[in-house]
Amino acid sequence: MLKRAQALFLRSLGALLALAAVGKANAESAASQLNMPQGVTEVSQAAYDIHMIMMWICTVIGIAVFGFMFYVMYAHRKSRGAVAENFHENLLVELLWTIVPAIILIVMAIPATTALLKVYDTENADIDIKVTGYQWKWQYEYLGEGVKFMSELRTSQDEIYGREPKGEHYLREVTEPLVIPAGKKVRFLITGNDVIHSWWVPDFGVKRDAVPGLFTSAWAKTDKVGTYVGECTELCGKGHAFMPVVVEVKEQEEYDQWLAAKKQEAAEYASTIGKQWSFDELMAKGEEVYNRSCAGCHAVNGEGIPGVFPALKDSAIALGPVEEHLRVVVDGVSGTAMQAFADQLSEADIAAVIHYERNAWGNDMGDITQPVDVLNYKQGK
Amino acid sequence: MAHGPATLADGWVKYASRWIFTTNHKDIGTLYLWFSFAMFILGGAFAMIIRAELFQPGMQLIEPEFFNQMTTMHGLVMVFGAIMPAFVGLANWLIPMMIGAPDMALPRMNNLSFWILPFAFAILVATLFMEGGGPNFGWTFYAPLSTTYAPDTVNYFIFGVHIMGASSIMGSINIIATVMNMRAPGMTYMKMPLFVWTWLITAFLLVAVMPVLAGAVTMMLMDINFGTSFFDAAGGGDPVLFQHVFWFFGHPEVYIIILPAFGVVSQIIPTFSRKPLFGYSSMVYATASIAFMSFIVWAHHMFTVGMPIAGELYFMYATMLIAVPTGVKVFNWITTMYKGALTYETPMLFSIAFVILFTFGGFTGLMLSIAAADMQYHDTYFVVAHFHYVMVAGAVFSGTAAVYYWLPKWCGKMYDETMGKVQFWIAFIGFNIAFMPQHFLGLAGMPRRYADYGLQFADWNMVSSIGAFMYGAAQILFLFNVIRTITHGKPVNDPQVWEGAEGLEWTVDTPAPYHTFEKPPEVK
Repeated sequence: MLKRAQALFLRSLGALLALAAVGKANAESAASQLNMPQGVTEVSQAAYDIHMIMMWICTVIGIAVFGFMFYVMYAHRKSRGAVAENFHENLLVELLWTIVPAIILIVMAIPATTALLKVYDTENADIDIKVTGYQWKWQYEYLGEGVKFMSELRTSQDEIYGREPKGEHYLREVTEPLVIPAGKKVRFLITGNDVIHSWWVPDFGVKRDAVPGLFTSAWAKTDKVGTYVGECTELCGKGHAFMPVVVEVKEQEEYDQWLAAKKQEAAEYASTIGKQWSFDELMAKGEEVYNRSCAGCHAVNGEGIPGVFPALKDSAIALGPVEEHLRVVVDGVSGTAMQAFADQLSEADIAAVIHYERNAWGNDMGDITQPVDVLNYKQGK
Repeated sequence: MAHGPATLADGWVKYASRWIFTTNHKDIGTLYLWFSFAMFILGGAFAMIIRAELFQPGMQLIEPEFFNQMTTMHGLVMVFGAIMPAFVGLANWLIPMMIGAPDMALPRMNNLSFWILPFAFAILVATLFMEGGGPNFGWTFYAPLSTTYAPDTVNYFIFGVHIMGASSIMGSINIIATVMNMRAPGMTYMKMPLFVWTWLITAFLLVAVMPVLAGAVTMMLMDINFGTSFFDAAGGGDPVLFQHVFWFFGHPEVYIIILPAFGVVSQIIPTFSRKPLFGYSSMVYATASIAFMSFIVWAHHMFTVGMPIAGELYFMYATMLIAVPTGVKVFNWITTMYKGALTYETPMLFSIAFVILFTFGGFTGLMLSIAAADMQYHDTYFVVAHFHYVMVAGAVFSGTAAVYYWLPKWCGKMYDETMGKVQFWIAFIGFNIAFMPQHFLGLAGMPRRYADYGLQFADWNMVSSIGAFMYGAAQILFLFNVIRTITHGKPVNDPQVWEGAEGLEWTVDTPAPYHTFEKPPEVK
């Protein structure tokens, strides 16, 4: 009762405030924010159902218990002339309120178990997708298809810091969404590259921690075509709030086309790896890659964060032999936050970013690092 | 021994020496209480920064890096600095007076266990001003974010946690020794006030799990500085091991916080109902079973980590069972009020709010125990709302009730009832405006520890922030009321203070003399 009353009170209060703040609040959008989504998969439906069962059981018990309590608080006030009795034990009552809740719990456990079995039913999948959490982006790999890409936040820093108005999809948009076909059972094999992340798509009822060194699995199958947005739900550092999950469910035919295009793209990239880039081309590309993938720690001006992340400006690595620089970027530095970028960035990206780091912010090496150098370094191991 | 404690009139040196070298349980209790209140204000200030940043979407006031330091420090300071020391302070003041003992069993250790605490927190808070900033990995400090990827100041954090742990262990040993050895003749175990019982059980929990926490942070220390790989999969370790060890400490820890709160409420409700506590022995057994169960449910904090289904099912069933003894306690409190003669002084208001809001937090706890639904709730604001209902409306409300209830006994002055009631209503309404919407936010999909959020969460975040500021303001009123009581309160001389109060602490003079029960009372 209290919960309902508070919910109602707050709903109206919230609506009022929303009216004042935004100037346009409609009852539907306010209402849709109050409860768990039913989602589009069997698992999310099961979670929703058990959630509602539990909520109603708790509401009924709450009304009974608090109702009795409020009656007592009103009826047995001293100011109404109540005189205290002196009883302090009643074996029957005490046994009853131990046994009855225990029975209710046993009844609750049955649907709770059924729902959980559904969550764990990851066998016989049609498609396997490896999901890897990075600080602070997701990598999706279609196992057996040779398709692999990074999915990063697309919202600009200017929107985040209020220098530009926030777009409709603020913090809910990525460079490249995960695409899956409708009607197929998709298994997600989830792991982490650096720290623990957690991959959550509320509408699929899928939330699994992405633990470095371990694989966890989850599954989804839906007929509903559309775009579904989720989040990272395990604290993973300063970009925790800025690595959304976006999944597009497409019809099988569209999915096949998309997959074919991705394969084509990969093949084309492989054929151009020997291309020689000019100094300025590499600088331009390098700046873009640096600001996206490196500036989070080493800062846009290359000065890092004192005491946490080293500076690259005037650093021994950036001004030293290029082999050492390649080693740090490609393989990472174990025991530190410096990751191995071999699988995160393409050869061209790595070449460009190394070139940029050696020639920006007053670093003046003047040498050129080509994609093929990166490839040779990788294969030379 | 004959002369009283040094006062300001004896000069600064003597006055300061009294507090630094004191072995008197009342002085040490006072030190603990003031320290915990200072930490409460500090942790509250961190919370205000968090809620101010979350008032609107976008980054306005602070950077995400500092936001993470704030959420981490808020949790650490509130759990280890505010709530736990507050209840240790109450234990110091009250346990000897409740069992008819002249002091704690180990008075010098008592002094030590308090005086290392300010250093622990000075070290912890100082990290905020160091290069690299303070701990930024959440109060649960999951590896490897807290090891390989942590700022260097993590070593200070580890040292601070070790000191806090040592302080807690010493405090608990003292409480166990006092309760077991220093009860007045005739004060059998089953005659002890429930506050003493809950603390005795809590002390055993502390002695059992604080070393586990120490083990966890020591393994971190080794991983960071000495090349071991306890929590690093690349070296053959396991990041999930950290979570198992942490929550084996962490779950009992939340009962360590709430059990003494149960004890406080079990003292206050009978007083203002003018009726003995209903079901005393079942209260004792329920407390003991909750304490036992707290050791066997830890992995319900880890339902999404990918445990085998057998593990998930076991931890789900075991967790659901906790509702039984917890329900018994709630029913007992309500039945204590049934057919009593109720009055609603400030301590009673806070206690009733405790019963309602704690039960509400218990309901959401039951929902969280259902693993399949927890896959959706986990690490969202639904969890944040749940544990603030049990930690704030539970532990903090009961601590506030305790201060109002025993303050007249401690200082011989009555607090301002109107101001107390005003504080209660601001706190109660502010609390619910702050945390009720967080349930909706969590269900709608907002993860916790987010420095920024999508536009669909904007409305409820704004409401929540407004409530949080209200709740914060109520604490300033609380501080003012307590100080004003000490300086200008109406003197109370009746040992009983409250009409319905029972127990040995109400048989000594008001204000309680510096030394009480130098001759043990006879308990019939």
